[in-house]
Amino acid sequence: MIGSLDWSTLQQLWWLIVSVVGALFVFLTFVQGGQTLLLTLPENENEKNLMVNSLGRKWELTFTTLVLFGGAFYASFPLFYATSFGGAYWVWLAILFTFIIQAVSFEYRRKPNNFLGQKTYDIFLFINGSVGILLIGAAVGTFFSGSNFTLNDYNLVKWLHPLRGLEAAFSLFNLSFGLFLVFLARTLGALYLANNLEHASLVDRLKKSAFNNLLCLLPFLLYVLISLVLMDGYALDPATGSVVVEGSKYLNNLLQMPLNLILLLAGLVLVVLGVAMNRFTASVRGIWPAGLGTVLTCLAVFFLAGYNNTSFYPSKADVASSLTIYNASSSHYTLTMMSYVALTVPFVLAYIAYVWRQMDSKKLTVEEVTADGKSY
Amino acid sequence: MIEQIDISMVNWARATFALTAMYHWIFVPLTLGLSFLCAFFESIYVRTGNEQWKKLTKFWMTLFGINFAIGVATGIILEFEFGTNWSNYSWMVGDIFGAPLAIEGILAFFLEATFFAVMFFGWNRVSKKFHLFSTWMVAIGSNLSALWILVANGWMQNPVGMKFNPDTARFEMQDLWSVISSPVAIGHFVHATSSGFLLASLFVVGISSWYLLKKRHIQFAKRSIAVACIFGLLSSVFVAFSGDEHAYITASTQPMKLAAMEALYDGQTSAGLVAFGIPNPSKEPGDDQDAFALKVEVPGVLSILATRSMDGFVPGINDLVYGNAEQNVVGVDEKIRRGKIAIEKLAEYKGAKKAGNEGVATVALAGFDQHRDFLGYGFLNSSEEAVPPVSLTFYAFRIMVALGTFFILLFLVYIYLLRKDQLEEKPLILKLGFISLFLSWIASQAGWVVSEVGRQPCAIQDMLPVTVARSNLDSGSVAVTFFLFLILFTALLIAELKIMTKQISIGPEGE
Repeated sequence: MIGSLDWSTLQQLWWLIVSVVGALFVFLTFVQGGQTLLLTLPENENEKNLMVNSLGRKWELTFTTLVLFGGAFYASFPLFYATSFGGAYWVWLAILFTFIIQAVSFEYRRKPNNFLGQKTYDIFLFINGSVGILLIGAAVGTFFSGSNFTLNDYNLVKWLHPLRGLEAAFSLFNLSFGLFLVFLARTLGALYLANNLEHASLVDRLKKSAFNNLLCLLPFLLYVLISLVLMDGYALDPATGSVVVEGSKYLNNLLQMPLNLILLLAGLVLVVLGVAMNRFTASVRGIWPAGLGTVLTCLAVFFLAGYNNTSFYPSKADVASSLTIYNASSSHYTLTMMSYVALTVPFVLAYIAYVWRQMDSKKLTVEEVTADGKSY
Repeated sequence: MIEQIDISMVNWARATFALTAMYHWIFVPLTLGLSFLCAFFESIYVRTGNEQWKKLTKFWMTLFGINFAIGVATGIILEFEFGTNWSNYSWMVGDIFGAPLAIEGILAFFLEATFFAVMFFGWNRVSKKFHLFSTWMVAIGSNLSALWILVANGWMQNPVGMKFNPDTARFEMQDLWSVISSPVAIGHFVHATSSGFLLASLFVVGISSWYLLKKRHIQFAKRSIAVACIFGLLSSVFVAFSGDEHAYITASTQPMKLAAMEALYDGQTSAGLVAFGIPNPSKEPGDDQDAFALKVEVPGVLSILATRSMDGFVPGINDLVYGNAEQNVVGVDEKIRRGKIAIEKLAEYKGAKKAGNEGVATVALAGFDQHRDFLGYGFLNSSEEAVPPVSLTFYAFRIMVALGTFFILLFLVYIYLLRKDQLEEKPLILKLGFISLFLSWIASQAGWVVSEVGRQPCAIQDMLPVTVARSNLDSGSVAVTFFLFLILFTALLIAELKIMTKQISIGPEGE
């Protein structure tokens, strides 16, 4: 069946797959959000270690999903990979630096003779959770606000801004997108921890924190949504294959793809519902509706950027260089082969879910963390 | 196609990639092998129910975890560095190269990431059997990830299953199976992973030997050595056989690399293998100087290694650079000439297509097709540019082979002394075992030097030189990145070593 799909269907399928991986990554940034909560929420070292150990059992899933997001983009839309990473050089390197320092911090923070000291590793975790997510948000914001690059006849990129990608963080739209992701991650982090820990007073504080962080994200979310509705976008003319600027492109996309609008609204409602469940009832399971809501919201955002003949990586400097899912993709053959490989994804998700359930069937306690010689 | 080449930027990008890869390869081989050793140890524990084996497993797992974290940290950079520093490469071969990286993420990384948490924190949360299963999954996942990245690397050494598409100006995949099953890719995988098993075995042997020298944890050390020596011996035999096969394939797919490995300038029939030698550092292709200041050669062995025949002809650097009509070797100078025609015809084709002149485009494409296999050579300015650093490749190859041979002997001696229960009485052997812990890393890094330095200046063998593969960046940015990575990785390495040595000094009873 996959073998008979035409190229444009496969390109759309792979935009869907990349979107799913991206949306799952944003959900899993509860780890990063939780890392930023370590600075203010715990009242003593035991509480802090409890939170770290809960997050530390999931950090690799987030990290691996980010790596897969990169790999999936590389395999399916290599022109984006080449253009964005080679062009917006400094912003991607800054993001990578925050993930390098995260990768060692859980394991090393409390090990004796750890060279840099526990405080440094805890700061590393904070930087990853705040700066890392903020910059990812800013980079994704350019999917809508555009970047300054040109491609030559051989599709080789030339970046025109001297800040090589860091300029993305100086746009109010991109910055708002980034701050929205930071507070969303903190909200999810608080919800995840509230569900995973057995510690009455800490859980109570986490439930309140989720609500407060939701309030913080709202202005940024509203600014992003209003900007999206009002801003011009970059549209692909299917007849000529050229990209042109179209007024209110993203509003048009929402109206022309009503299912996407429903997806976006349902996602946002579920996030609010998850937080409200935790805040106003005795339940601690708000992470699940909020997590699902996050995935749906992110899917809607990715669909808005890439479907309906939209350029998902527009060039402000040279509209003709803008990337669409059609001109940036891999060949028909490669997308077909990779689609067969993607059939294994449900199996992968199934064993992740099974192991997650096995490991989290009992809540984590201070006693368990203290008694375990391997705890972070 | 390429407006101007900033060679200083290219060299900084090479240095940055070499730095990242070499740091990454400090940690990866230990992960590959130690994951299996932990699985062996835990399997014995589950089979026997002996708590001493559990304690032993947990000790080596602690060291595994410390090493694993930093391996992950350096690994993420490698994936994204293809985009940041080699963006032209990412576009021109992304259609082929991206696939194994994505497959690695889907099929391997999640196995590691998911079961890693069970392996470390699941002792009291899941059943004994499920815990053992998780440890095996981490080992299999780690080694599966090596498979895919080495398939990608193998394809760079011997590009197969693809064709250049002049419309998109990139290479496009035509046969995934031939990419995966390429003998070079499989050879790389077998050789690199078995060398990882060997290194991890020496790691266990080395630390255990240190305990025996210090008269600490005697029983623990002997048990660890017994398992590690058997695993290490089998692995080293694998390393030797796969290395031999690898050299044979290199002779046909990368003859210049083989010539550099042997510092062989003038091709020979019944060529001898240099067992020991000092290459003349001022020797250049085409000059009359002697290639060696000193050498001890074993007659005919290089011909057997490269052609499986005592009388086989092995081309030297001069044959490959300037051609050898008698032996049917096309020289680099001829390949450059044809490559430049391919570039010219490609530009003509692109220009004609843009102008809508189909007639000119068809003629230009036909001209391009005649010379397309030499496209990569068209970007070289001189034939001599195609010669990799000879001395470095030559010495690295010898260090790797000599140490590999020594390790086989060492494992045999250890197994013999262990069986005779005399190991504790041989401090000299134990010291040798301890030193071998460090030597194994030298051998392992030397292997990659042979593999990667020996194929310079190609990013993709014959198809894409590094001067074209690089990003359009200024050299200052890449130089800054190099030093940032150097500082960060060195700091993290120091942290890792300090933590690890502390854990080793605490020992298994500290668990």
